[in-house]
Amino acid sequence: MAIDFNAFTPLTALAGGALIGLSAAMLILFNGRIAGISGVLGGLLRPRAGDVGWRVAFVAGLLMAPLIWQLVVLLPASRWLTVSEYTTVALITVRQIDASAALLVAAGLLVGIGTRYGAGCTSGHGVCGLSRLSLRSLAATLTFMAAGFATVYVMRHVFNWA
Amino acid sequence: MNTALSFLAGLIFGIGLLVSGMTNPAKVQGFLDLAGAWDPSLALVMAGAIGVAVAAFAVAKRRHDTWLGSPMLLPAATHIDKRLIGGSALFGAGWGLAGICPGPALVLLGTASGKGAVFFVAMLAGMGVFEWVERSWRTS
Repeated sequence: MAIDFNAFTPLTALAGGALIGLSAAMLILFNGRIAGISGVLGGLLRPRAGDVGWRVAFVAGLLMAPLIWQLVVLLPASRWLTVSEYTTVALITVRQIDASAALLVAAGLLVGIGTRYGAGCTSGHGVCGLSRLSLRSLAATLTFMAAGFATVYVMRHVFNWA
Repeated sequence: MNTALSFLAGLIFGIGLLVSGMTNPAKVQGFLDLAGAWDPSLALVMAGAIGVAVAAFAVAKRRHDTWLGSPMLLPAATHIDKRLIGGSALFGAGWGLAGICPGPALVLLGTASGKGAVFFVAMLAGMGVFEWVERSWRTS
């Protein structure tokens, strides 16, 4: 294992992570809900009365994040310049998906089925579950991390895919 | 009020994903590639998120209702079973293949990315398969 110091972005990682933590804190303290994206989406596939509005609103917030973030960083204030240069680059790379459409379909199906059977994803188990000190979420997180490590290892170092 | 705060929470979550670089599949796969040029950023995203959220959940656990008076709905399940482990393993495999998990999938969809839409539709179809299998089990 060798750390790629050109790719490693510790400060923005911690800052972005803190925002994700703040979002999870808001949703549990105000709405009494877990900010688990697969659970929020999955609940919309079996809608129950009184349980739809907050889910749609949360999803809408996620969908509008790129647009609003872009507006914020492009505000015409000189102090924002270096930040906006950074985020302009970030927003371009954000949309860079190298995987083929066929691979995306396979991956999407696995993520959809797996997160519902596993009752959570990176946010529900990884962020909220670990923050709740749940052993069940720790088991889930260790499992999907291990599966992710193994999959990328096989892709890149056994089959020599990108 | 609940709905507005929920929207704000989703927005902050999405901006957190954008700021941290986690909407970039190459960066996520850079974390999952332990044997290659390793990018530890994702671990710090988790650490930053948990560092903030752990305090909120400590407060939430001691309360029966939220700050707005609605019921506090913390998950009750504690069992570790085949469904949890099998499902998480499938999820991890898909996550590794594309470098996208459900949160970034929604943000990528919000950038009007065609490939992001392909992943999102496939993910919803996967969730639909789960619903369909579960319902046919219950009715049979």
